[in-house]
This record gives sequence, C-alpha cells and structure tokens, in this order.
Amino acid sequence: MLWLLGRVGGVALLAACLMGISVWLTNNIETYYFLVLIQCGIAAVLAVSLNLINGITGQFSIGHAGFYAVGAYVGASWTMLWRPQLADNWPWLATGNLSGDILNLLIALVLGSLAAALTGVVVGTPSLRLRGDYLAILTLGFGEVIRVVLLNIDAVGGARGLAGIPTLVSSGNLAAFWVFGLLIAVTTLTRNLMRSTRGLTWLAVREDEVASDAMGVDTTRVKVTAFVVGSGFAGAAGVLYAHFFTGISPDIFGMDVSIMITTMVVLAGTGSVTGAIIAGMTLTALPEALRFLKDYKEYRMVLFSTALIVMMLTRPQGILGHAELGFGSFVRLANRFRRKERGSAA
Amino acid sequence: MSDLLVTENMTRYFGGLAAVSGVNLRVAAGELVGLIGPNGAGKTTVFNLLTGVYVPTSGKILFDGRVANGLRPFRMARIGIARTFQNIRLFRMLTVLQNVKVAAALRARQSLSSAVFRTPGQVRDDMRIHEECMRLLERLDLAQYADSRADSLPYGVQRRLEIARALATHPRLLLLDEPAAGMNPNEKSDLMALVQRLRDEFSLTVLLIEHDMRVVMGICERIYVLDYGEVIAEGTPEAISGDPRVMAAYLGTEEA
Repeated sequence: MLWLLGRVGGVALLAACLMGISVWLTNNIETYYFLVLIQCGIAAVLAVSLNLINGITGQFSIGHAGFYAVGAYVGASWTMLWRPQLADNWPWLATGNLSGDILNLLIALVLGSLAAALTGVVVGTPSLRLRGDYLAILTLGFGEVIRVVLLNIDAVGGARGLAGIPTLVSSGNLAAFWVFGLLIAVTTLTRNLMRSTRGLTWLAVREDEVASDAMGVDTTRVKVTAFVVGSGFAGAAGVLYAHFFTGISPDIFGMDVSIMITTMVVLAGTGSVTGAIIAGMTLTALPEALRFLKDYKEYRMVLFSTALIVMMLTRPQGILGHAELGFGSFVRLANRFRRKERGSAA
Repeated sequence: MSDLLVTENMTRYFGGLAAVSGVNLRVAAGELVGLIGPNGAGKTTVFNLLTGVYVPTSGKILFDGRVANGLRPFRMARIGIARTFQNIRLFRMLTVLQNVKVAAALRARQSLSSAVFRTPGQVRDDMRIHEECMRLLERLDLAQYADSRADSLPYGVQRRLEIARALATHPRLLLLDEPAAGMNPNEKSDLMALVQRLRDEFSLTVLLIEHDMRVVMGICERIYVLDYGEVIAEGTPEAISGDPRVMAAYLGTEEA
C-alpha cells in the first residue's frame, strides 16, 4: 500500500502547486486573457475526451456537445435545484464558503460525469451495430436530440437556460486549478490506459475490428467503454463550464460545438493525446487572436475551413500524427538540431 | 488421441445457397490437417464457422468435447481457437510487439481502473506480458522487428507475424488460411518448416487451408477435400492425390 501513499502524496503536491499557480494567475493576468485561458483548458479536455472515442478506438462520433451538455446541466441542476433542498437538512452543503464550494463542485463533477457517462452507454450501445458514416449520423442526431430535449424541459429554463449558477469554480481564485487539474487528470488517465496492454486492444479495434475480435478482444465492450469514459470526461468539462461562466442554455451546446470538437481531434492527428490538447487550445485561442479583424466571427469560420483544408492537403495524418509530444521528443528535436548545426559547420 | 475438434453435419446457408453443407470434420489433438478444394468450395466459410464469424445454420461444432456453436469470435479465441487470415489483417499502424500484445491481452489480469491508475499490479502484469511476447517474437525470429510498424514489414514477415499473433492467444487449435499465398518457393519451404516446428513446440493442432499442393502434400498428415460445400474426400496425402473424385473436382470430368 506504500505506492498508494506515494501516489496520493504526489497528487496532493501537484494539486498544491497548481492551486498556487491558479491564485497567482488570477491576480496577475488580465480578466480577458484569463477567460481565454479557461476556455482553452475546457476545449482541451473536450478534445482529449473525444480523442478516446474517435482517435483511439476509431469510432467516428460527432455529437460530443451532447455529453458536454448533459454534464453541464446535471452539474448546474445539482448546485441550483437539488442542493438547496438538501441544504435545509444538511447545513454543510451550503455554498458561499470555500470548503462548501469545493465540496459542492466535487459532487457536481461526480454527478455530471456519471450522467454523461450513462448517456454514453445509451449512445455507445447502438454504435456496436453501426460503422463509419452511419455511426457519425447517429451521434450527430443524438447531439441534437439532447439539445432539443433540454430546450423543452421547463425545470432547467427551457430556451432561456439556467442563469446565475454559483461560481463554484472561481471560489478562492481556483478556476485555473480546476480546469487544468481536470485536463492533467484526464490526460494522465488516458496516457496510462494507452501504456497498458488493455489500452492496446482499444487501438486494435480502430485498426481492424474483425482481426481484434478473432484475437479475443471483446470489441463490443471496448467500444462501449470508450464511449462511457469519453463522455464522462466531457461531462466533467461541462460541469466546470457551467460553474465558471454561470450561465448555460441549450444553444451553447449546438451542432457547431460538436463539429468544432471533432475538428480539434482531426487536426490533432487522430489518436494523439498531446496533439488533441494542442489543437483544442489553438482552435480556441485563434479566433481570439484574430479579434483585431472586424466581424471576426465570419472570418473565424473561413479560417477554420481553410486551416482544415490546408491541413488535410499537407498533413493528412494531423499535426502530430500518431506521435506523442513528451520530454523525449524535445530531446530528439534538440539532437536533430545539434546534428544539423554540426553539419552546416563542417 | 482424443478428438479436439469435431463438426457434425455443419451446414451454413446464405439465402438459398448452401456454402457449407453437412461437413463432418474430425481433428485429433496434435494433428496437422489440410483443407483443400477448388475456388469457392467453402473452405474459408468453414474457417469462419469455426471461429464464430458465422453461426452454423444447422449442425454442431464440438471443441474439446464441448458445443461451441454460436460463440462470438472473441469467445472462440478465448476457448483456444486462433486463426490467421487469407488477406493479411494485421494492426497495420501498431508495432510488431504491440500486435502480439493485443492478442496476449486475453490473458491479461487487468481492469480498466487498474490500467488508468497504473497500479503496481498493473505494471507487473504489463511487464509479464511484455516479456512473454518478446520471448514469443524471438521464437518466431521476429525479435529484430519488435518496434517496427507492422505495415512496414516485408510480405513474408507479415505472414509470420500473423502466425505469431495467433500464437499469442495460446491456442490449442490453430487455423491457417492460405499461409503460403503469395510467397516465393524459398519462403514456402521456410513456412513449412515453421508450421511443423510450431506444432511440436507449442503442442498445437493445426488445420490449414492451402492452394499450393507442394505445401499441403509436404506437411499435412491428413487432408479433407471440399467441393461445393461438401467433403468429397478425406485421407492421407497419397490417397488424396490419387483419388478420382478429387481430380474431377479440380480438373473436371471427361464428360464435362
């Protein structure tokens, strides 16, 4: 059990550092840049989570905003609708103080991701019978169904959505801690999975389903698990979004968001976790960097399509392809650079 | 010797067409049996039935005395039937070692949670599988390719990797679907030696489909001949090569 102690200690240390950085960032960065930073972090979580389904397991899903929405709504419902009722009996559920906020956010995170994961089962199960384009259409339709259902539930505000969600994420200046903590957690768990023998079977399903089946891989289970884990992560991102921006409505979880997340994964190089992070952040920060253009919204879409087309023409395998960016790749890059220098000197 | 694989009147219809009809196979443990027949005779369908890709319309498949009808392919692999494919189906973008590890994963003692949290037990299990797979690659003379991508290998080596991958599931029955297809004579001789060596070393039972008569006659102890989905002859290579029904199936009868 010593390893467990070490692990917990490591996580605690990392969390403490991250908290410190988070507080420092909040006080030293302009609000505008801070908002962009948070959005980048959330987008990266979404990209990494969809990468599990699309990139690693090879199931082309393009309705990821649906899971994101489920997480956001369930998380917000906990904080705004369910928690206040329970707080009458259990005063420790009150918000407004730091420990209460952290506790409630954790509960919202658990509920939100569980609900999204459950939705993942619902979508993942028909995916066993569908492949390629058919699955894409199903997931796209599913994303829209979620949005329309939310539009028609009065308890969560219908088309108006929920507004005035307590800013649990920002409580104690910890917003960056939560978002990037989630990103680090999601990335680490995914990388761990990819290093395991079990994770290889996910890649095998992407490579050749018939052959993996013949080699004893329960492809059904792998696909449903990928949907469950991927959508659970997206749900957690949704919870953070709701509690940071304090307002959600069905139209922020539309098809364009789904397409955007899919774009990130494709741009990343299908299957690359670090690529997904880079692409998620780039595609979120890019329109902000282009703010000096008037009517930037239209230009953003033009830029996206252009970027995608150029991308597909020049690097069909994505920014990183199947490679991962890690410490090792910097070393390799430095070595190559050094060799080149030596070559030019001689 | 006991029978490892028995099929009783195994039949499979596709619409009104009987792709395989009333096939009775009997393969004893440790045997090396060939399955031959003209194109479209139903050989690969037999393999697909034995590996669970298709479910027999009627008849029985008994593996080690137990009924194995209607098991999904991954279950068939787990009870000990492994196969290679007529058209190579490797995990192309994975490395050679990873290809083999995927197949070995059915013996992995790990769960999703142990994998994502990378527990010490998980690390040990991954190490165990890693070493086991490296040993397997060495035995098949593939160790030098361990970290190469599967699709970068020469054709003959890819064929060998398919066999290695099937062996990583620790099968008792190995089904080889045209293992010598597209090989040059040297590669074919190597393959024959390899199949025989593996059968002895891994105490396997082998059933193989092959078009190359030199290979079939060279290594099979017994041969089944399939035509129009039915077994038309069965026996030793010598008996088969002189059988008039077999010649008729391959070359046509004088009247035709």
